[in-house]
Amino acid sequence: MNHSAFTSVLGLGCGVIVLCAVVTLWRRSLRAIVRALAVQGVALALVAMTLGLHGHDRVLEVVAVLVLLAKGVVVPSLITRVVRHDVASRETQPLVNVPASLVAAGVLIFLAFAASRSVTALASNATGRLIPYGLAAMLIGFFALATRRKAVSQIVGLLLVDNGIALVAFLATAGVPLIVELGASLDVLLIVVVLQVLATQMRLRLGSFDLDQLAELHD
Amino acid sequence: MHVVGVAGVAALQVATIAVGGLVLVGLMRKVRARVEGRVGAPIVQPLRDVRKLLRKERLRPQFSTWIFPLAPVVLVATVCVAALMTPLITSRPALGAGSDLFVVVYLLLLGSAMIALAGLDTGTAFGGMGSSRALTIGALAEPALLVTILALSISAHSSNFPAIIRATLADPGVIVSPARLFALAALLIVIVAESGRLPVDNPATHLELTMIHEAMILEYSGPDLALVTLGEAMRLALLLGVFVNLMLPWGIASSTSIARVALGTLVLCAKVATVAGALSFVEVFIAKLRLFRLPELLAGAFVLALLGAVSGVVAK
Repeated sequence: MNHSAFTSVLGLGCGVIVLCAVVTLWRRSLRAIVRALAVQGVALALVAMTLGLHGHDRVLEVVAVLVLLAKGVVVPSLITRVVRHDVASRETQPLVNVPASLVAAGVLIFLAFAASRSVTALASNATGRLIPYGLAAMLIGFFALATRRKAVSQIVGLLLVDNGIALVAFLATAGVPLIVELGASLDVLLIVVVLQVLATQMRLRLGSFDLDQLAELHD
Repeated sequence: MHVVGVAGVAALQVATIAVGGLVLVGLMRKVRARVEGRVGAPIVQPLRDVRKLLRKERLRPQFSTWIFPLAPVVLVATVCVAALMTPLITSRPALGAGSDLFVVVYLLLLGSAMIALAGLDTGTAFGGMGSSRALTIGALAEPALLVTILALSISAHSSNFPAIIRATLADPGVIVSPARLFALAALLIVIVAESGRLPVDNPATHLELTMIHEAMILEYSGPDLALVTLGEAMRLALLLGVFVNLMLPWGIASSTSIARVALGTLVLCAKVATVAGALSFVEVFIAKLRLFRLPELLAGAFVLALLGAVSGVVAK
């Protein structure tokens, strides 16, 4: 793989990751949001695989396959199973409306680039200059966590943060050790399983996934 | 000889946009009809409609002012000037030196603004409603459009349109760069919004509650309506031509030799027809978006464009 193709694929992968984060704020349908999360997982695996192939790093290639399986397939399909039971699977009333969220996402993207200027100034290669993308995905994830009210979109926000952190790790240090990556992936998997249990309980007791319903006491 | 060649290509470019635009509208209707299982009108029907309208009597609303007859003329004139500036068939258009993307885009917006004014000028309820909606959409699309142009011009170090095309031809890798892809996606949304296609406006409806563009031009008849129809078709063709040439610039003529120009014309028509057919095919499966949801769509286009611009700066 020559150098310009390498930077091009890497740039595209990082762009898609941030784009998917934006799409989770853009779309209301929870299915579409989960689909965006799956695409983001695939893009993250693509970035890891590109870095692994370019640096001839066998461990990173294995990690890429694991990321593809965990974040591209398993986690989204688990969340889809939760969404499928929700009759009105839409994010109807986020605390911040969609156009304002999108403008906020634009501001957060700028913030990520401004905040990591000293990091990118140190970076000698194309990989280091892409770190702000990971930061942007993370910040958009935090925003989704703070403003969305459905349990599913909150968990998606958390996974966006996780994917952002993973992207920064891949770009900055060419991947964390395999054991750490495995631990983090297991954590995420566990969170999603807990979500599924929680969501099932919520549906049985309350008939919806709206987290605001948990703010008051029920018999 | 060179001057004659340049003038000839310029005239060809305007003629292609004018005739091709009307045929394009017919083609899009035909594709839609076929996908829906109807036979549909012939592809040249818009040409026939315009010819018929040109022969009819010119009627004006009672209390309208000079803006009403002026607006269609301004619309067609601005699109013609923009067609002379844009590298559609040749990469060296007649007015290429002044062909800044900002200038081209705002020339096109001038025509839309005039039509919106004419809609207000008639003093009817529908005209005012349509104009207010069209201007709202225009205002929402504008930030996305500005940032898109910014993103497109970063890689070429210039917002001169022919320069962007030549830079793209010199380094085709730019096309798959994230900056260009995001900018093109944003541009496509803006084109759909500006030319009043689904999901922003339904060009086939005259339902009073939903129409936007049709409401503005409701009072036009005869030759004026022919000019408005022509101008709108030309604008759609020009915008799609701009889009395809930014996406796939190959085939564009670099000299004024007859073979190159003929090839350029054919390739342009093929590219625009393909994109228009695809748009029209997709339109069958989507519904019109509620007016209050439009800010979401256009804010999304804005973030896409912003992402493109940021990626362009990072890739530097």
